[in-house]
Amino acid sequence: MRISEEHILVYDSTFDGFLTCVFEIYELKLKQVSFQRKNQTQESLFGISTEIITDLKKADRVWQGVKNKLSARGSLRLYYAFLSEQPQVESLLLTYIQQALKSTIPLDSDFGNETVLKVSQIAKSVGREKHRMEAFVRFKLTKDDIYFANIEPDFDVLPLISKHFKSRYADQKWIIYDLKRQYGLYYDLEKVDVINLTLPANFDPTQTTNEFFTPSEIEFQTLWQNYFQSTNIVARKNTKLHIQHVPKRYWNYLSEKKP
Amino acid sequence: MSFERTQEKLKILADAAKYDVSCSSSGSNRKNTNKGIGDATGMGICHSYTEDGRCVSLLKILLTNHCIFDCAYCVTRKSNDIKRAAFKVQEVVDLTINFYRRNYIEGLFLSSGIFKSADYTMERLVAVAKKLRLEENFNGYIHLKSIPGASDELMKEAGLYADRLSVNIEIPTKEGLKLLAPEKNREDFLKPMRKVQNEITQYQSEKKIIKSTPKYAPAGQSTQMIIGASGESDQQIMWTSNYFYKKFNLKRVYYSGYIPISYDHRLPQLGTDVPMLRENRLYQTDWLMRFYGFEVHEILNNDHQNLDLEVDPKLGWALRNLQHFPIDVNKADKLMLARIPGLGMKSVHKIIQARQFRKLNWEHLKRMGVALNRAKYFLVCDSRDFERRDLTGPQLKSIILQNSTSKYQKILSPQLNLFE
Repeated sequence: MRISEEHILVYDSTFDGFLTCVFEIYELKLKQVSFQRKNQTQESLFGISTEIITDLKKADRVWQGVKNKLSARGSLRLYYAFLSEQPQVESLLLTYIQQALKSTIPLDSDFGNETVLKVSQIAKSVGREKHRMEAFVRFKLTKDDIYFANIEPDFDVLPLISKHFKSRYADQKWIIYDLKRQYGLYYDLEKVDVINLTLPANFDPTQTTNEFFTPSEIEFQTLWQNYFQSTNIVARKNTKLHIQHVPKRYWNYLSEKKP
Repeated sequence: MSFERTQEKLKILADAAKYDVSCSSSGSNRKNTNKGIGDATGMGICHSYTEDGRCVSLLKILLTNHCIFDCAYCVTRKSNDIKRAAFKVQEVVDLTINFYRRNYIEGLFLSSGIFKSADYTMERLVAVAKKLRLEENFNGYIHLKSIPGASDELMKEAGLYADRLSVNIEIPTKEGLKLLAPEKNREDFLKPMRKVQNEITQYQSEKKIIKSTPKYAPAGQSTQMIIGASGESDQQIMWTSNYFYKKFNLKRVYYSGYIPISYDHRLPQLGTDVPMLRENRLYQTDWLMRFYGFEVHEILNNDHQNLDLEVDPKLGWALRNLQHFPIDVNKADKLMLARIPGLGMKSVHKIIQARQFRKLNWEHLKRMGVALNRAKYFLVCDSRDFERRDLTGPQLKSIILQNSTSKYQKILSPQLNLFE
């Protein structure tokens, strides 16, 4: 590899893959780099494309190094920001890591530094989405006695909500499925696994039909809708605030917002 | 569970419970250790928001809306001609569990009209909580209403199963209470509150010695006051609130703008606007007392008995106390930073952390999210640029108002109607 040209690092879109890239950048002393997720590979006219194979040992070395240089909150922010999947967030995170490794004090509270502030802001919006999913997941009881929910979060937050749901619903089987990213979490009363599902062709994720769900499921949804209506105070109507808290893009999966 | 009957009851008893504004589901520490259902350790979660913008966190219902009292401000008062209903204990348990399993709610907020007697009612509330904990292995959040006049024994038991207990004093002044709820007296409200407070204190000291001491109301106590039903001043409200925070160690005091529900001549007439802006200003004051290090008398006192609706209470205080400003954000301590209008506690913390690395200037503050339109008149930073004019409070207020828009614009300057 020649050092002067731009290197496009193609990796498998995992966090470990990204950390492996960082390892190679240091190892090969690469100066100008950009990142590309494997599933989104585009032919580029400029620069040299190199595929980086995820290596857990290399990834872990980078991660340990970063963790030593940042506070616990700072390294968590890095991970959160990565899950935002924003275009070229990797380059921002690379700068963040480079600065962190150089700094003698943990720089994650240096909010006067644009990179640090930006990472903390992105991490904050991912955190907000995580919290929203903890709130907006609506389970429906299937005929197989599994509580099933589908979501389409803006960011890839499934890895972040696993623990929350596991400790909360320890005595019921559940699946939370990300339709956008086509994978989900399945808790079988013992542990949480990552799963891929082939949903039946006639399965409409916005509907609750007797074919897939228990008969009482519709009743509980109706009761919930009734409750939602009754607890509203008409004299205080405030649509703007309502939409600010429950943005319209989530309505599809909230039974209380169904017409 | 018959679906139609439950549906009917739920409509009536949720509708009657909605004026209780508490929706908090945080502050408890109940872990799911028994592989049961639910966990109340984290922060609270608002699972939805009603069209009025209020959060839905708990299943908030009355056990019954039958009531032997006739308080003028209350929808379930005896003399009101409305449909009445009552849940069975098991019905409430089933609803709670099934809603919780579907991730609709964080738990249950159970209140009730008072039927037969205070103790009879409190006993039923406790029975629901007990059943949820012991039979259903439920570790979610439970908020029970302390019924005024309930016995010490029942209040003690209630705290063993509930995360939070609350009793609403509703009317901020004794005189108001006498006028609107002549059958009730203040002491009935205070008695269960005092009992719970003593139990919490006792629990905390025993816990230090015996780790397995059963939990007692880990999320503490709260109360609520109705705003604008009895002609009280903001000073009366907030001083009462301060009294309850200090004396009873309450976690929260809620303020609920009165929503006209009756033709009673003692109350604001039907159709009167809900005092939402005033309510908002009271909450801001409450926050200043609890998180910003303000004493209530700094904001409300005999010279200033009501809050200025046009500006937030911190800005109001700053305009009356210009001698403390400008504050240097690169030097001032946390408590002084917290007094700068336009700076929330989050910004304060960010500033304290960030200034260890470099001196902060306007650009840094702006990027961190400080509301400079207000703050810029009250601070200096690493810049030669700052407000040099010697402005008086009223002058400054009018400059700030001209350069900002309030979401309450409509309430503040109602358009003149020519044909009225």
